[in-house]
Amino acid sequence: MPVYTLKINGKQFKADVAADTPLLWVLRDHLGLVGTKFGCGIAQCGACTVHLDGNAVKSCVLPVSAIKAGAITTIEGLSENGDHPLQLAWDEVDVPQCGYCQAGQIMTAAALLKRKPHPADEEIANTMHGNICRCGAYHRIREAVKLASTKI
Amino acid sequence: MSKSNTTSRRDFLKLSSITGGGLLLGFSWFGSDAETPQVIKKIPLSATIGFNSYLSISTDGIITILSPNPELGQNIMTSFPMIVAEELDADWTKVKVLQAPLDKNFDRQVTGGSGAVPHSWKRLRTAGATARYMLIQAAAKQWNVSPEECSASNGFVIHSTSGKKLGFGELSEAASRMPAPAEIKLKDRKDFKIIGTAVKNVANKSITTGKPLFGMDFYRKGMLFAMIQRPEAFGTKIKSVDFAAAKAMPGIVDVVVFKNNVAVVGKSTWEVSKARKLLKIEYENNGTLESTEDHNKALATLLDTGTPVVRRKNGDVEAVFKSAAKIIKSEYQSPFLSHAPLEPMNFFADVRADGVELVGPTQTPGGARNEVSKLLNVPEDKITLELTRLGGGFGRRLKNDYVTEAAELSSIIKAPVKVIWTREDDMGGGTYRPSVRYRFEAALDSNGNLVGYKCRGVGINAGNPTREDNFPSGAVENLLIDSIEYKSPITTGPWRAPTTNFLAFAEQAFLDEVAMAAGKDPIQFRLELLQKARNAPTGPIKYNIDRMETVIKTVAEKAGWGNKSGVFQGFSVYFSHSSYVAQICEVAMVAGKPVVKKIYAVSDCGQVVNLSGARQQVMGGIVDGYGHAMYGKISFKNGATEQKNFNTYRLIRMKEIPEVETFFIDNGIDPTGLGEPALPPTGGAVANAIFKATGKRLKNQPFIEEDVFKSI
Repeated sequence: MPVYTLKINGKQFKADVAADTPLLWVLRDHLGLVGTKFGCGIAQCGACTVHLDGNAVKSCVLPVSAIKAGAITTIEGLSENGDHPLQLAWDEVDVPQCGYCQAGQIMTAAALLKRKPHPADEEIANTMHGNICRCGAYHRIREAVKLASTKI
Repeated sequence: MSKSNTTSRRDFLKLSSITGGGLLLGFSWFGSDAETPQVIKKIPLSATIGFNSYLSISTDGIITILSPNPELGQNIMTSFPMIVAEELDADWTKVKVLQAPLDKNFDRQVTGGSGAVPHSWKRLRTAGATARYMLIQAAAKQWNVSPEECSASNGFVIHSTSGKKLGFGELSEAASRMPAPAEIKLKDRKDFKIIGTAVKNVANKSITTGKPLFGMDFYRKGMLFAMIQRPEAFGTKIKSVDFAAAKAMPGIVDVVVFKNNVAVVGKSTWEVSKARKLLKIEYENNGTLESTEDHNKALATLLDTGTPVVRRKNGDVEAVFKSAAKIIKSEYQSPFLSHAPLEPMNFFADVRADGVELVGPTQTPGGARNEVSKLLNVPEDKITLELTRLGGGFGRRLKNDYVTEAAELSSIIKAPVKVIWTREDDMGGGTYRPSVRYRFEAALDSNGNLVGYKCRGVGINAGNPTREDNFPSGAVENLLIDSIEYKSPITTGPWRAPTTNFLAFAEQAFLDEVAMAAGKDPIQFRLELLQKARNAPTGPIKYNIDRMETVIKTVAEKAGWGNKSGVFQGFSVYFSHSSYVAQICEVAMVAGKPVVKKIYAVSDCGQVVNLSGARQQVMGGIVDGYGHAMYGKISFKNGATEQKNFNTYRLIRMKEIPEVETFFIDNGIDPTGLGEPALPPTGGAVANAIFKATGKRLKNQPFIEEDVFKSI
């Protein structure tokens, strides 16, 4: 199997995996970065969202071989001390219920705020529409994204 | 002040030092169903970080509280400790919460039925109050003053006249030597400082930074990974298996056939998932391969020809329907639903000669251990179960099929293994909210009074799909509630707010139909019935009339019932588990189609413990109830589900949520539960509002398939 060198959260990692292995499983099974979640495996729920060169991507359908020199950011690397404005807003608004989807939600929102620090409500809803929260915490997710956008 | 039980069998433990230094005051109390807390065994907390101790206070003042119940988003890990900390007068910032493993010293270590807080409310308060009492005793002794002159506040004991104060940590060792109180006084609720306030989820930081909390996140060095191919259709079994190609794939360690399962075991998730696709399995029928059309026919036919089980009968229904001035008859039907918690099923099992280790997410850890014990013929005391956080449950993880399966596989391959289900595995072969159909009939007299009521429920593996004693039972002189069950190979089970998740919609929509036929305002109509139940009850009344009346009147006032222009309002109220929730939904017509704009919810769940968590349960319950009423559907074709994943099984998403405003009734009643009660009323409120807006009565779910939502 080929050995892939990946740039994740500013560090270099090596993974000896098949070319078609989705990034999600490289992160989870091989690199011990389990913050990125498995929910559907077909890019429908967004629980596996990470950043590839700053853009939100669904890691469950992203083969490791496609990444090449791209820089990956996962929830573990979003901030140094868990103090990204979104992470703080998530606590301030008290968003999580079961919490399983929240890493993906935050990563989707983080890519949005990076691209557009002060998005309109509709843009927030359109962007976050790709992430399922089975507990139905959508009101607070929306509120937390808005709160974070005021602090960027 | 309310008083708790005497403490004859209660004791505090003086415990040896723990790693990192400090003595602990430990209190073990979840002994049994006995209301009196009691010591089970005296072991040092150092051995197990408070394994048998619910509450401990170290000499540095850190209060550690174990949360015994499985946490799946109901926020029990925050609300339980809040109750203890309240009576203890603790500094909340010094409170640490740990998930307890399965231990027989805890009772009701279960998540389900909205029952945790009601069950433990008094026990938790007693634990906190007892610890506070002993800390005060210790301080009084040290200062040589009367304990009556001392009080506790925010983690300190204070002497009122001198102003001297000592921290709980400084007192914990001495407190552990104090005798337990004979009788303990609990706080008056007007003195609550923590209970009833909005306290943030204690796991927020771990969740938002991606810490390994869930069963899926559990990895052990050397463990193997497995995926299991189960029959794709209910009613089939394995005829032959050719796994040569799968077994030859890289990373595959073994392929094992047991029962109706073919397990592919390997070194990583992706490798086993790829290899599993190469299995060649032939199935043969061992039951009927049912399709949704068969179910529809069976449900409709059984309503007419089945032999019903009578659930409740009052008066003379036949006679009153014969003499009725008006009869209203209506049928409502639900599809199957998948629970679809976002974390797919998974469990770790390591079956060794000396015992069994289980790790993962389950709503019923005790049940899981019991089933594994029976399956493997291993005594329960040789089985440990470590609970992880649950990535949602909704009832799916009440059934432990995925736990026993992992244990069985580990026992066969003699290795530690984590079994992972894909979304398709669970949606296609898990367990479902049963499909049910109800027929309601109402008889009105010439004055528009409801004098006769019938409800017949027929369900597919649904047991009793009625709630025979729920409103309007007790308010109608002649009433018949009965049910018929259709047996199917399809596995069903409790789904959040079992039975009432659909029944409430059907009942509340039907009552709306009856109110319209009687020419009455839907809210006034229900209030009249409640008045009748109060003044002239028929048979037993199992709901609290005053509580129901209060939520109804309050929601009418909050939403401005009948006083709004531009929106169409629909009303619903439901009593489930032990709480009452009334809702008003507002619908606007946008480009000729109804759009659900807002839902008002008034809940009476007794004392609210955590206002933030309570709002979440109501808002989440409404989103859940609305989303599934609107979009949720599992259908079958030849025994297999037609939906396998979220591309075809539609869950509600952000752009589709209505605004929700929540209110709580503050009546001083002890907590009565909130994990489920906000969900059942939503479908009815929505359907009744849509009727007002469009004149179209929605009777089947999902609503989205109805003409009113179709593009013109």
